[in-house]
Amino acid sequence: MQLAQQVKHLIKKEIILEWRSKYALNGVLLYVVSTVFVCYMSFQIIDKLTWNALFWIIMLFASINAIAKSFLQESKGRQLYIYTLVSPAALIIAKTLYNSLLMIVLTVIALIFYSLVFDFPKGADILMYFVAAVLGSLSFSTIFTMVSAIASKTGNGGMLMAILSFPIIIPVLIVLIKFAKNAMDGLDRSVSLDEIGLLAVINVIVMTVALLLFPYLWRD
Amino acid sequence: MQKTWWKILAAVLVIYTAVAGLLWDVPRLAILNETIRNLYFHVPMWFAMVVLFTISVWYSVKSLSTQSEADDIRAVESANAGIIFGVLGIITGAVWAKFTWGQFWSFDPKQNFAAISLLLYFAYFVLRNAIDEEQKRAKIAAIYNIFAFPMMVVLLFVLPRLQDSLHPGNGGNPGFNSYDLDSRMRMVFYPACLGWILVGYWVYTLRFRTKILENKQL
Repeated sequence: MQLAQQVKHLIKKEIILEWRSKYALNGVLLYVVSTVFVCYMSFQIIDKLTWNALFWIIMLFASINAIAKSFLQESKGRQLYIYTLVSPAALIIAKTLYNSLLMIVLTVIALIFYSLVFDFPKGADILMYFVAAVLGSLSFSTIFTMVSAIASKTGNGGMLMAILSFPIIIPVLIVLIKFAKNAMDGLDRSVSLDEIGLLAVINVIVMTVALLLFPYLWRD
Repeated sequence: MQKTWWKILAAVLVIYTAVAGLLWDVPRLAILNETIRNLYFHVPMWFAMVVLFTISVWYSVKSLSTQSEADDIRAVESANAGIIFGVLGIITGAVWAKFTWGQFWSFDPKQNFAAISLLLYFAYFVLRNAIDEEQKRAKIAAIYNIFAFPMMVVLLFVLPRLQDSLHPGNGGNPGFNSYDLDSRMRMVFYPACLGWILVGYWVYTLRFRTKILENKQL
């Protein structure tokens, strides 16, 4: 019960902080919009396969940028203050939940904008593609939150964030791209059940490992 | 003698499999032909690698609770030895692929995933080098090692099953079990696995002991 209370307060704190500066939201939105625009200028017309790959590449870098700051940006003093107040489990759960929320909002906005610039390919299962995008943003946020916690403990976090997270995210990305491609080709929804299951399993594993490991990570 | 018997066993097994693997009869199969002998040298590399990485994770978990330096060194050195075997596995696979698939690297899912799982461990070493303070390095590297291990399992054992691959045992290609009906190959293959795993463990213990000695001199 206490844990739930702590998580609630921490998420509220994150949302208030974000709403005051709107740094991540605006920054990443601007990033997505300008990238999509640059892609439009250089591609003009794209085929199905590139459409899918391009979307996930844009989302990959957007989510790294958005989530890397979750631990890297916090000052040492504030971290100490939070650590005296709440349990480590509450902190990692709150960060992950908040990042998932942020990423889902960002991904949906990005996907809408992306499909305005580059039209959805004909015959695509749009609803299923949105499901893929939401599942993707969930997996990105669970993995990147933990990696950002690890990277923040080293001297130069920004560089390490990319090095540490890419090999971990690649398997997820491969499954996601396959799942999204199924949706884009308008295949029957039951075809993608394997991918959904695998993504769910990966997320559960990552979350449990993160929950088990974070208590060791958080204090210096 | 009590402590060296498994080293002798490892040497004997590896020599036996090298000789028998190259000289004994093997089933004649289209495309594979004599390259089927690569089974004795390529597959054991991956077994040894997985065993060494498992040892590495085990000591990472242990070093988180005991905070002892020796456990940390064990984790690093077994990962190091595991990487050697991973690279050897990729090379033996690539040479085999040159003669059966026509190219050293044809971006087959199995090849890609193996390369990515090695990247995971290279990232582990980059992370270690990024932190100066020893205890902090031991702790954070251990956490990353444990975090990365399930992903390696997914990469090597789950994802290749879901994709089409030219690799034997995947995508409808005949695997090991379907063509060793007379069990001749098993007679060499199992000892080869055991032998190379023992050699890998040996390499790891040697690396661990030299590292401990180096640290003592400092």
